[in-house]
Amino acid sequence: MKLNRKKIYEKINERLLLICGLISIIAVLSITIFIFSKGIPAIKEIGLKEFIFGEEWQPTGGRFGLYPMIVGSLYVTLGAVMIGVPIGILTAVFISELAPKRVASFYRRLVELLAGIPSVVYGFFGLATIVPAIDLIFGGGGNSLLAASIILGIMILPTVISISETSIKSVPMELREGSLALGASDIYTIFKVLIPAARSGILASIVLAIGRAIGETMAVILVAGNTPLIPKALAERIRTLTANIALEMGYAYGLHQNALFATGVILFVFIIVLNILLMKFNKKVGENK
Amino acid sequence: MKKFTKPLVLLSLVLVLILTFTGCSNKTTGANKGGTSQSTDDGDSVENGLSGTINIVGSTSVTPMAESLSEEFSKLNKDVKMNVQGVGSTAGIKASIDGTADIGMSSRNLKDEEKSTGIREYTIAYDGIVVVVHPNNTVSDLDMETIQKIFKGEITNWKDLGGKDEEILIVSREDGSGTRGAFEEILNLQEKDSSGNTLSTIKKDALIADGNGSVKANISRKENSIGYISLSYLDDTVKGLKVEGVEATVESIQKGEYKVSRPFFMLTMGEESEVVKEFLAFILSDEGQKIVGEKQVPVN
Repeated sequence: MKLNRKKIYEKINERLLLICGLISIIAVLSITIFIFSKGIPAIKEIGLKEFIFGEEWQPTGGRFGLYPMIVGSLYVTLGAVMIGVPIGILTAVFISELAPKRVASFYRRLVELLAGIPSVVYGFFGLATIVPAIDLIFGGGGNSLLAASIILGIMILPTVISISETSIKSVPMELREGSLALGASDIYTIFKVLIPAARSGILASIVLAIGRAIGETMAVILVAGNTPLIPKALAERIRTLTANIALEMGYAYGLHQNALFATGVILFVFIIVLNILLMKFNKKVGENK
Repeated sequence: MKKFTKPLVLLSLVLVLILTFTGCSNKTTGANKGGTSQSTDDGDSVENGLSGTINIVGSTSVTPMAESLSEEFSKLNKDVKMNVQGVGSTAGIKASIDGTADIGMSSRNLKDEEKSTGIREYTIAYDGIVVVVHPNNTVSDLDMETIQKIFKGEITNWKDLGGKDEEILIVSREDGSGTRGAFEEILNLQEKDSSGNTLSTIKKDALIADGNGSVKANISRKENSIGYISLSYLDDTVKGLKVEGVEATVESIQKGEYKVSRPFFMLTMGEESEVVKEFLAFILSDEGQKIVGEKQVPVN
């Protein structure tokens, strides 16, 4: 009797877990189906080539060229990676290898805090400080590719730092000892032994950071200027894919609205490619161990 | 492991039970509330004993006014709940057509395909669109043609207008915005292409800000900028320009002297409920129009 009851408990428990698992799957699937079912007809109507490579975006006038936004998203992400990744990795090295224990734990807290700040606060900070500074130096208003890259560069720091730090830390002690025993200096050990050994984890952190940068919306809208043109200089205004959706969502109807869903489809493809890359890196990390 | 399963199962069961019961109890209390409030209505009715909820959705330009009107209306009718949401003209028109909102707000003229749904329009006010610059800007009066040239990008330096030798930075709104649509219409900043599409002729590299507030925030931080906002958003962080010698004020728009102005609509679809009818009547009454007159221009 008692055993039987336990079995029933066990079964109920399993079912509960299954249901919870299903909810997240259903969420992912329904979002995907919804976006594609709204977006694909729009892409068909506009024409895939016109949609992706058209250079003019004016939905109320029947112009649906997404190319400036695709380029904008790529540029901003690239800029954020160029600013955030070197700083992030070096900070990770500092925290895991060089900093005294107390300083390191203080640093970790700070990084966690950085991760917890809402993105609209980053954006507002950027609008009030970085944008006027760029206006002062380069002119042209300050809302620009550069401003967006700097803000996103700061925003991806926590991702880069925490994952890189974990992977640098997980490099076996023997490698460190071996390198130092051969007479190599600390710095030589870090750059020639530790970082190459932790390569996969660091690359994974970069891919995750790219995902964060490409998906960020609110902060970018505030500092990027949102002009749907291909930027030719760092101080020029840009619009990203996410900003394009968020800006016009409230006003769009009909084909315009579906074109915004189609923008979501393009973003989705970007994210899927990133996830495949991430999976490859994760596999490599697994093989290393 | 076994030790943990029992509490876990119990906990999850309790959670499920709590969820189901709270769900039920909410429903029942909700129904009770409805019942009792209805019965008390008959007893001590305030004025005419109206009750119900009005959802008003639409233009962000109409929102501030709709909010103060709603506030006053629910003071008079304590059992009426008002929800005002500013999401943009197009979304508001859509919401009133498909019935998700009781009343839609629009700050632009309806398109033919929108009118063909049989939607009803009530002109409740006029609004001025104010061309704004940074407070330090020395330019203070422009004519319609000059404004048009500036936004088309034909005049690009403030010195041509008697200001400093600085490039003009245009701040505009996102495509689809009611304020932008009205501004383009009034200033003839649109052109038709060969296939009949209406295209904006506002300079393509204009900075795009999302909403009246964001335009203001950008202009107040950039000395060489120019933009346009709804009259109800005008304050001293920016400087409103005169258009052909006329300042944008309630009086000048009412008299038709200030040229950059447009109507505000409330929209309904299908049969109007008693509450909605009363509210619309209230807006057009002297009392309602007085509230309108605080920021916008009353109909009469």
